[in-house]
Amino acid sequence: MLLQGTCREVGEVAVVDFSGKITLGEGSATLRHTIRELIQAGRRKILLNLEDVDYIDSAGLGELAGGCMAARKAGGELKLVNLTRRVSDLLQIARLFSVFDVQADEAAALRSFR
Amino acid sequence: MAAATQRMEVTLATALESVDLAESIVTRVAKTAGFDEEEVHKLGIAVREGVVNAYNYGNQQDPRKKIHLEIEFEPERMIVHVADEGTGFELGEVPDPLAEENLMRTSGRGLFLMRAFLDELTVRRGAAGGAELVMSKKLPRNAAGHGRARDE
Repeated sequence: MLLQGTCREVGEVAVVDFSGKITLGEGSATLRHTIRELIQAGRRKILLNLEDVDYIDSAGLGELAGGCMAARKAGGELKLVNLTRRVSDLLQIARLFSVFDVQADEAAALRSFR
Repeated sequence: MAAATQRMEVTLATALESVDLAESIVTRVAKTAGFDEEEVHKLGIAVREGVVNAYNYGNQQDPRKKIHLEIEFEPERMIVHVADEGTGFELGEVPDPLAEENLMRTSGRGLFLMRAFLDELTVRRGAAGGAELVMSKKLPRNAAGHGRARDE
């Protein structure tokens, strides 16, 4: 299933609801372009809702890391919410919980932005 | 699956589409062999990462080169070989993606994920001179007879 992202605004936060796979190719490119466009549009508070993403490969993890770094470089924050069990396990294995800001639910995530 | 299909070889183009194709072939075989959904998923990711490695690093995306996929069964294990036509590499040369300084890197996690999702991963020199990844996973107890058929 191709990755699709739908962006909505909740206050100052750009929330992107993703569904599909974040894998090398179109999936990783869609993620990269979505984050890049938001940053270029001046958005500094970005929340990726991964509730409907059940599959991420190493390229997808790399894009998440790259997006996180790009947001920080622009003076912003990028957070993740609603991880599926598989994605959560993957982040755990790759020790990415220590570097990504992962929130339990959307309400908590929205409150956590500075 | 019959004993005649205990070993399968597929030659793949050096193309992004081969990544999905290889994953699809291996996960189908793994399901037939009796692996549960979670183990099929892990094997699928491992093979995906192996073919991405062959596509990007081994064959350097050169369409004149091929990726060689082979699936075989031993009595206790399913083994998947992914070989490229590059120059080969040593596992020890690959930076540790869990090292603090590498955590935010945008690449370099493929081999690590393969190791995490397999029972065993070895790298050796393939017949074509490139790297050959040998991925091994223990068959489940309810395996569909692949290994036994060979012994009979």
